[in-house]
Amino acid sequence: MKMKKVLAMAVSTLLCGTMLAGCGSSNESSNSGSSSNSETTTEKKTDAATTVADSGSEDNNGGGSSSGDLIKVGIINNDPNESGYRTANVNDLKATFTKENGFDASFAYSLKNEEQINAAQKFIQDEVDYLLLSAADTAGWDSVLKDAKDAGTRVILFDRTIDADESLYDASIVSDMAKEGEQAVKWLESQDLASYDIIHLQGVIGSAAQKGRSGALNDTAASKGWNIITQQTADWNAEKAQQIVQSVIDSGKKFNVIYAENDDMAKGAVAALDRANISHGVDKDVVVIGFDCNKWALEELQKGNWNYDGQCNPFQSTYILEVIDKLENGETLSQKTIIMDEKGFDAKTITAEDVENYGI
Amino acid sequence: MTARPKTAEKSSFLASIVRKQIFIPIAALLLLAIFNLIMDPSFFKITLGHNIEGNPVLSGNIISIIDYGSELAILAIGMTLVTAASRGQDISVGAAIAISGSVVLRILCGPNADAATLQAPIIVAFLASCIVAMAFGAFNGALVSIFRIQPMVATLILFTAGRSIAAWINHNKLPVVNDKTFAYFGGYIPGIPIPTPVFIAIACFIVIWIVLKFTTLGLYAQAVGINEKTSRLNGLNPAFIKFITYVILGLCVAVAAFIKVSRVSTINYSVVAKDIEMDAILAVALGGNSLSGGKFSISASILGAYVIQFLTTTLYKFNVQADALPAYKAVVVILLVILSAPIVREKLSAFFKSLRSPVKAESKS
Repeated sequence: MKMKKVLAMAVSTLLCGTMLAGCGSSNESSNSGSSSNSETTTEKKTDAATTVADSGSEDNNGGGSSSGDLIKVGIINNDPNESGYRTANVNDLKATFTKENGFDASFAYSLKNEEQINAAQKFIQDEVDYLLLSAADTAGWDSVLKDAKDAGTRVILFDRTIDADESLYDASIVSDMAKEGEQAVKWLESQDLASYDIIHLQGVIGSAAQKGRSGALNDTAASKGWNIITQQTADWNAEKAQQIVQSVIDSGKKFNVIYAENDDMAKGAVAALDRANISHGVDKDVVVIGFDCNKWALEELQKGNWNYDGQCNPFQSTYILEVIDKLENGETLSQKTIIMDEKGFDAKTITAEDVENYGI
Repeated sequence: MTARPKTAEKSSFLASIVRKQIFIPIAALLLLAIFNLIMDPSFFKITLGHNIEGNPVLSGNIISIIDYGSELAILAIGMTLVTAASRGQDISVGAAIAISGSVVLRILCGPNADAATLQAPIIVAFLASCIVAMAFGAFNGALVSIFRIQPMVATLILFTAGRSIAAWINHNKLPVVNDKTFAYFGGYIPGIPIPTPVFIAIACFIVIWIVLKFTTLGLYAQAVGINEKTSRLNGLNPAFIKFITYVILGLCVAVAAFIKVSRVSTINYSVVAKDIEMDAILAVALGGNSLSGGKFSISASILGAYVIQFLTTTLYKFNVQADALPAYKAVVVILLVILSAPIVREKLSAFFKSLRSPVKAESKS
């Protein structure tokens, strides 16, 4: 019995320990200003919630006090932890919609559509002037957007579109994944290689980025007679990409292009090349193409280890500001769907400023 | 009468093999090997080359299999113990790998995530990640053993929250380690042509073999898994034994995570070790272990893990169309799991018996 008690004590101390450890790490995160995971954090909610979220809310809080001039915006986004893209996107919005710029912004993050809809309803009740929305799912938004319309709240979609009637929102600011792919493929074509033997590493099959980026390559490969040696999904995963490229190398097939649909997979592919002593990069045996413009990826370009990186622009806030300005001045938008400019970087022409400005 | 058991033993040689637990993963490995041998013998070719730094490296599909299968094999050790003792599975290992991998990078790269040099010795980072992973293992273990929550439900908590916690640890940044020595653990140590993960995996196998050989852990885990009440009446402490298996799994997670982050010198919280928990559970199942606890064989689980990797590499090698890949994998897995079901094995062994015995009877008469 005694033994049991001692054990119970030990276990409970351990439990407490893990709980404390958990607190520690979350405190750290709130210092950095990133908001906690899947909780739908409108300001007031976080205030009431835990102390952890409390210290974090200082960063993103407009303060609740609505002085007359401030434009009230409610921003609904996906979980900032989702990817480097999302983190950059969230930080960009936070930096733009500040009091100094004349906004009283509230943020809500969730990967779940229902939670996002709840947050939207709350924002509408709070009478925000603008509702900015990056929806987790395309469906289910009709009724809440109708409410917004009745309440006179303007709705601007960013990053993701939804399946709702165009009349329900004022603008939609999106990336065109197919265009990103086309840019990269055009660049590849302009390289005028003697032959094109391509390893094509795809993202999660069916995702918008995969469809757009694969489609462009497939079309051009078919029309130009390029040879796609391997076309395989690595699920955005570096290590899977490494395995796939390794297996191509092991089978002795020749290739001179790696078309990876994100930077992680390009990195994995390059690791396999390094292992087999196959040179890659500018004026080397294998051309490496990646997407998303992570900062470290652009640095690889600078070093000449990779050849090309296509951007998927997370910096939507300038576009959103433009739209809000126009609407505030009573102008009408020439078109509802605005496609963002997206760059592609060539290792030969990339500059240090590019890395600084566009790296995410 | 005395001669009879002997002949029966002989005649049922095949039958008894079929009934052995380790038969299924070995048979699966052989099947895959034969398939590859017929389709393309060059599958087994191993060549000695040099990597970009001029160090010798062996390469070939077989090397790839034992290299990339390492993490899964290490996880299979812990998962087998957890399954045996707690009659359930830990579905949070993928998320736990993200956490402990994130800890490694946090310590190596320091707070600004973009350091050119290492901020701490690698061993410190590794030990810290071990402690964190074991703490999370202890958390799961406590939920299961003390609060008696179903393992799958208990570990669902970490499964859901884990990847976000991992992102928190590094302030949402994606640190990249530029130091070359860190890449040794997921690649090659200069001068040694065999991938390092293979050695790490072998070290883990030896450690667990020693632990099971010289402690009563294996026996106790099995006893608790078979009947908790009886084992308590016999003086064991079931809660503690369950708890300790989760801590051991935590340690396995830390080692696997260390290899994973070393392979690419960075981490992506949302995709690192994605769905690896399912593969680990599958490895246990392919090893012929009952997923409802009790008797277990760790070596069979380890072989099961390599079967999964063998299958993956084979599918890559034959360049199966990307969207059809999961379907192919599923078909093979269904076949293997059905083969490893006790009923089927019983039938098979009976079948072999009936094949042999008429022959024996003839030769006798």
